[in-house]
Amino acid sequence: MLPIANSCGRLEAAWEVLRQVPDPEVPVISLCELGIVRDLRLREDGACGLEVVLTPTYSGCPATELIADLVREALAAFGEIEITMQRAPAWTTDWITPAGRSKLKDYGIVPPGPVAGAQPVRLVHRHALTRLACPRCGSEQTEKLSAFGTTACKALYRCLACREPFEYFKPL
Amino acid sequence: MSTPSIKVGSSAPVHYLLRIADACLILSQRLGEWCGHGPILEEDLALANMALDLIGQARGLLTHAARLDGQGHDEDQLAFLRDERQYFNPVLMELPRGDFAFTVARNFAAASWLLLLWQRLQASSDAEVAAIAGKAVKEAAYHQQHAADWFLRLADGTDESRARLQAALGEQWPLFNELFASDAVDEAAAASSLGPRWSELRADWQAALDEVMAEAGLPAPKASAYVSAGRLGVHSEHMGHMLAEMQYLQRAYPGGVW
Repeated sequence: MLPIANSCGRLEAAWEVLRQVPDPEVPVISLCELGIVRDLRLREDGACGLEVVLTPTYSGCPATELIADLVREALAAFGEIEITMQRAPAWTTDWITPAGRSKLKDYGIVPPGPVAGAQPVRLVHRHALTRLACPRCGSEQTEKLSAFGTTACKALYRCLACREPFEYFKPL
Repeated sequence: MSTPSIKVGSSAPVHYLLRIADACLILSQRLGEWCGHGPILEEDLALANMALDLIGQARGLLTHAARLDGQGHDEDQLAFLRDERQYFNPVLMELPRGDFAFTVARNFAAASWLLLLWQRLQASSDAEVAAIAGKAVKEAAYHQQHAADWFLRLADGTDESRARLQAALGEQWPLFNELFASDAVDEAAAASSLGPRWSELRADWQAALDEVMAEAGLPAPKASAYVSAGRLGVHSEHMGHMLAEMQYLQRAYPGGVW
């Protein structure tokens, strides 16, 4: 236990630590920047420790358990950590912070656009999709290689100008 | 020398949720079988990723169904320790994965159906079901779109790919009826606002299928009056073989965890 007397100070210190915990699959941004930490509070059961409320990105995200472990580990000094998984409201890429977006882009992953502006679901005649700009050279001469990438949340593209492949964080 | 099987009670809400959970679970298992066998690497990835989404959706519903069932089981026990007659997925989901055209046709049918279900379940009177649906609805929309892309690509591809897609539709056509079959379990769910009667989804589902079939220029196979009964626990000859593989680990090493 850290010797921090008042609960406000303890929560602030815990947030400070939590803000440093990277997402295990896209380590360039933190869990907080990804928008999956919904709350951090004192435990309601009166136990000495904290409760962290997380929300999953995708239903089947295999990193969900790992993320809970990382949070527990990072906050170990604050007592017993209870992890609550909260599904509603469902996570959306709109919750990725501006700082998170800019880190994604610098890392070579095109950040998702606003969900509201995303193309409505169309089953046919979908050729006229907006082109993504390459995160490296900025060219809009890019094409989709794969609807799914290395993780469920991304798709794979390539730039026809600089010939580099890049990932796109899909708006969800 | 085997692990005793478990059974769920006869409560209508539990059965209603297990029908959907098992549809996701069993389809996920079939899609997972493609891992390492996809026609191209990108599709290998896509099928595995969609399988993961489906597993996640199944986990949420299984956990919740287990809670409502009140026998102290968890998601893993429900997934691995029931016998064939205790699975309630529509038969369509359990058919062997077939060739890629067969998988694409089924994925389109299943994703379109699940999308409509999740849309309606977002308004479920059961808050947990509504929360699961709120997440799943976005995933199902992407699955549907992806399947539609391949549906059209195969139809516009070679004579071979077109013929295979047409054959797959012919084989699956009679099994679509079960996706819209209503019964007492369904009625109870509608009465308590747990979820929609499956029959209410038919018109929108048909419209989605008609749209891609028209674009693909494929004729509809002959209608059939047959209604399969997987939702009642009566499965095809493929189900037992599939469960044998799916359940092997938990049966051989009871309670084994990663």
